[in-house]
Order: sequence, then C-alpha cells, then structure tokens
Amino acid sequence: MSIPANLKYTDSHEWARPEADGTVTVGITHHAQDLLGDLVFVENPVLGRKLKKGEECGVVESVKAASDIYAPISGEVVAVNGDLETAPEKINEGAYGAWMFRLKPSNPAELAALLDAAGYQKLVEAEAH
Amino acid sequence: MLKQTPLNAAHRALHAKLVDFGGWEMPLHYGSQIEEHHRVRKDAGMFDVSHMLAVDVDGEGGRNFLRQLLANNVDRLQVPGKALYSCMLNDTGGILDDLIVYFLDSRRFRVVVNAATAENDLKWMSSRKARAAAVTITPRRDLAMLAIQGPKARTKVWQALPQSKPATEALGSFFAAEWGAFFFGRTGYTGEDGFEIMLPAAEAPGLWQALLDAGVGPAGLGARDTLRLEAGMNLYGQDMDDTVTPLWCGLKWTVDLESPRDFIGKSALLAAPPRAQMLGLVLQERGVLRSHQEVETRNGRGEITSGSFSPTLDSSIALARLPVSVQTAESVKVKIRDKWLTARTVKYPFVRNGRSLIAGLPSSTR
Repeated sequence: MSIPANLKYTDSHEWARPEADGTVTVGITHHAQDLLGDLVFVENPVLGRKLKKGEECGVVESVKAASDIYAPISGEVVAVNGDLETAPEKINEGAYGAWMFRLKPSNPAELAALLDAAGYQKLVEAEAH
Repeated sequence: MLKQTPLNAAHRALHAKLVDFGGWEMPLHYGSQIEEHHRVRKDAGMFDVSHMLAVDVDGEGGRNFLRQLLANNVDRLQVPGKALYSCMLNDTGGILDDLIVYFLDSRRFRVVVNAATAENDLKWMSSRKARAAAVTITPRRDLAMLAIQGPKARTKVWQALPQSKPATEALGSFFAAEWGAFFFGRTGYTGEDGFEIMLPAAEAPGLWQALLDAGVGPAGLGARDTLRLEAGMNLYGQDMDDTVTPLWCGLKWTVDLESPRDFIGKSALLAAPPRAQMLGLVLQERGVLRSHQEVETRNGRGEITSGSFSPTLDSSIALARLPVSVQTAESVKVKIRDKWLTARTVKYPFVRNGRSLIAGLPSSTR
C-alpha cells in the first residue's frame, strides 16, 4: 500500500490532511491499522475540545489491542466522524478515507514540522527491521 | 530462534501474520481474525496446533498413575476412545496445566498438554512416577496437530480424506479413534463440532492442502482466542495458573472430590474453601473488556482474566474472577482506562454451536 503524498504524518502513525477551509483532518495510517488488526472500537475526542500537539485525545481498539491517538498538531476539535462508532472496520477497509476528527489549528506552523510521505515511509521501514 | 511447526511454510504461503507465541512462530491471522471466527461458527476453519504436545502414557500401570496425577477421575474412561478434560495440580492444589486425556486401550493413554507448559509437565510427570511403576511416558514431538472446527468440519474432513470416514463417522462427542498413523479426536476448543487430528509431521502439509481444497478456511490464534472465550473455555496462563485452584476458576466440574481416590492436590482443595469464583461479563456500554481490568461489585473487587470483543455477539465479553457472593445478572463496574463502565454478570458459555446463550443478546447477523 503506497503512502499518499498529499498527507502529513506523525511518528505515532496518525495522518493529517490540510483542507481548503484551513481545518486539518486526522486519521490513522494504513500501517497502523495493519499492526492492530480488525478494529472494533473507536473513541474520538469531544467536539470543541482544545488539544495540544501530542496530547492523547482518542483510542482505537482492535480485537487484540488498544492504541491511543495523539493530536498531530494543536487546535480545536470542530468535527468528529460519528460513523466510526458503529463501523470501526471502515478504518481497516480504507485508512486514508476513514477520517477520525477535524481540527481548527491554533498554530498552523506545526503542520510543516510533521513527516512527509517519504519521511513516514522511512519510519515504517525502520520499524520493520 | 523461534520453533516452527511442520506447517510454517504453508502459513507463509497464505500470507499469515506470524507472531511469537511462547517461543513458537505461529499464525495470528491470515488477514482478518473476525472473518476467520465467523467461518468457524458458520462453516469450517482449521488451526495449526502442532505447538501443543501429545504425551503417550503406556504400560500396565498407566491407569493407576493417572488416577493420582489428575484431578478428574480417569476411571470415568472405561470405553476405549473416550476422552476426559482434567487439571493436573501441584501439592497445594494450584493448576500446573489443563489437558485432555484419551483412553485408547488397557495399556495406552494419550495426554495432550499446552505448549508453554509442556517441558514442566514432562518433568512433573516423571518426578511423580513411582520408580517401580510399569509406566512409560513418551513425548510425541514427531506428531503434528490440526484442529478442524465448525458445523461443516467433519463433512469437509471426510471430503479431504475419504478413506478415513468409516473409521471416524461413528465417533461421539469427546471420543477418539486411530486410523493408521492418524489419530482423530472429536474434541476442540471453539464450542463447535469438529475433529482434532494428530498425524506424522511429514504428512501435515498434504492434509492441510487437501483441507484447503475441500473448502476449510485457515484460522489463526486470534480467532482461536475469541472462539474459546465465547465458548467459556479457560486459557492456561491467563484464566488460571499454579496460584489458583480449579475450584475458583470455574473448573469445579472437572474435579472429583466424591470418590475415595486420592490425587495430588486433593487434601489442599478439601482444606481451603474457594476464595473466588469465575463469572462471565457482558459490557453494557461501548468499549472492550481486557484481562487485568479491575471489577467493582457490591461485594468487593475482582479482576477480568480474559476479555475481548465477541464477533458472534457483537459485544464485549469477559471471564472475571469475582468474590464468591456475586450472583449472575448483577450490575458491576469495570475500570477501562480512567472510566468505570457498566457490565452485567452472566453464566457462561456465551456461545455454543453457533448460537448465543445470553438472553437478550442475539447472534450477530454478519
């Protein structure tokens, strides 16, 4: 599975996508869902919550394990994908389509500091060894 | 270096996710453990369980040896082929292992033990064998083991191995038969019908392929765990170990305290009343129950020993060690991360032969 070039990535395996309206959409990567296996539970941050970069803000759980979700950048939660509550398997079916939540960045410069696709690819390869 | 079963190459060919399971390289899943789970409940799936060890107990003194070694009563085995589930205890009543013993004929028993405990089991068995006893204990590392489980498992086994049908079609539940160098037990760890087949290691890849061709789906340890949890079967090292007795982890039914027979650990069981009991839990809110989560009841605290997501019930379920005064259908709280969520105590098994046994919780339609 190729890593989309239009997204930014964290070393904790979230992706972040800048939108035209200035918000940033967040999800977990294909690699992350592959490590976890079949997902059965997603907990998103509540609407309006103000997050700091790197803050624990949600959970994804597979049959086998639970994994925390961290805010890739600082900002306020302006949308959450409620569909995942009843259909967490959508992340397994397409990790880059099944977004988790959307942030209104409080410090847009943080986005530039995230990994690009090539940097994330290196991280995934390093973890495999 | 991880130990490999004779089917390792077959797992790789199917792109299994291989993991370290107690020193063995074993398949966790072949893509989706939930799909594998449903396949076993509705059709037929197969597990490579060659990491488990068959131990042959042969000789005139075999029955007497097992009489004192096992907490369940081996004298319940009078008809050749009959199988019995039992715990093997230490002197203080702690569980060293849980196992199945098959009675083959007056001079031959076969015991199947867990992989992680196999070496210690062998040492224990040898140390408890009287020097003069006419018993030989032989670990059968030359055998592979396959569990084929599900409502269509036996039919598909006979499709793959038509010549075995006459020797195995009359087998009742918890009976076994030998067919040449193959051993068929109508036993399993999923709550479904099926066979566990032991066979010479070199023949395992051929049987695996024949079963694939007959439409049996490969299933990994991930599905095996959710299936056995739904079936309410304990997992050694998780729901029980040498610090608990069978009386407080739901295995009282496997302990024979009625007959005058003495066995290792019996006096300890009689001297100490159970300090806990095992009950099932069904989570009433969104989330996933996991082992070691704390449980708060009206009568004190307990702990989850096994918890997961139940694909059949589309809910989270668990086995929990709780104070002896807790009843079924009570509401309890479970600590998941920093929150206390509500769960209901239930009698288990949760699922048997593809169907939910929990009132108000139908089988998933997936």
